[in-house]
Amino acid sequence: MKLQKATAFALYAVLELAAEPGRQRTAVEIADKYGISAHHLAKVLRDLGRAGLVDAVRGVGGGYRFAGNAKRLTLMDVIRLFEETSAEADEPVPPGEDQDIAAGLRFVLAELDAQIGATLRSISLSTMLKLVARRPWESVAEIKPARRAQAARRAR
Amino acid sequence: MARRSTTPTPQESDEDLIIRSATLADVAGVIALDEEVTGLLKPQYWRELFEHFGARRRDQRFFLVAGDPGRIDGFIIGEVRAWEFGSPPSGWVFAVQVRPRLRVRGLGSRLFAAVRARFRAAGVERVRTMVARDNAVIHAFFRSQGMMAGPFIELEMRLD
Ligand SMILES: CC(C)(COP(=O)(O)OP(=O)(O)OC[C@H]1O[C@@H](n2cnc3c(N)ncnc32)[C@H](O)[C@@H]1OP(=O)(O)O)[C@@H](O)C(=O)NCCC(=O)NCCS
Repeated sequence: MKLQKATAFALYAVLELAAEPGRQRTAVEIADKYGISAHHLAKVLRDLGRAGLVDAVRGVGGGYRFAGNAKRLTLMDVIRLFEETSAEADEPVPPGEDQDIAAGLRFVLAELDAQIGATLRSISLSTMLKLVARRPWESVAEIKPARRAQAARRAR
Repeated sequence: MARRSTTPTPQESDEDLIIRSATLADVAGVIALDEEVTGLLKPQYWRELFEHFGARRRDQRFFLVAGDPGRIDGFIIGEVRAWEFGSPPSGWVFAVQVRPRLRVRGLGSRLFAAVRARFRAAGVERVRTMVARDNAVIHAFFRSQGMMAGPFIELEMRLD
């Protein structure tokens, strides 16, 4: 699964802010850290503000502060503000003869969607921050050097 | 215990609740707690489970409880499973429950930590479990403990 840009930016911002709930940060500070467009991030932060996940702090030295409950807000709660995950869409199978292959494929893909939805709903922001602190990707990288080399070759 | 006569505050921790292996005297309390949580009274099921997990092979099977025999506040059940589907021996957790009034104050985490310590002492390196996809609370709980998807996929079909 690949997240759209705005969704990834929203997750960076929300998690950065949730990591230090009292502290306010500007769009520029966060954008600089991730090397992303401050203009785009500012727009995303406004959307997050409208959804009540962050508070805008006005005035000199203003910025944004986390306003949610990190133990209850899940990755899905953030993602669904910016994109449709198909697990949510629940498209009906179009009626009609000779559509069995399409229906069968949709049936198999729905399996994946259900998995994606359950995973994203089970990981709260605080669980995500704990995961980041553990850096589990490092031990995965040790197990799969071949895969990494392959990916690096493809990237070249 | 005076502590229980007042409504617990969210700040209060349950660090004074001892986690220990279940005895036969605890089974009635487990049955009552399960009935409170699930709304189903299943005495036979829990007695058999205790027979299997609490009474035999106690170096490999763990039935841990918190609370007094008459009043169980939480429990967790697990066992070491060896070479299932080619996997090296690993710990399996297949039941955990905390009294609703005492939830979100760390008891579930302590029960899980206690069973992990038993698994480690039994010489295994991993702990596994299975959750219902639509049970968000139990899924979020195990995720918060650091669990991730494992290398197995659960499959099933209807027998007709
Ligand atoms: C799952 C359960 C054991 C958790 O027990 P608990 O004592 O509340 O757990 P803890 O207080 O240690 O909570 C640990 C984490 O779980 C997560 N969690 C617990 N309850 C949650 C809820 N209602 N919603 C979302 N996350 C929750 C939180 O991330 C919490 O994080 P924290 O450590 O940052 O506070 C308890 O809710 C329970 O008994 N539920 C019913 C169990 C059940 O359905 N069993 C059937 C299958 S055996």
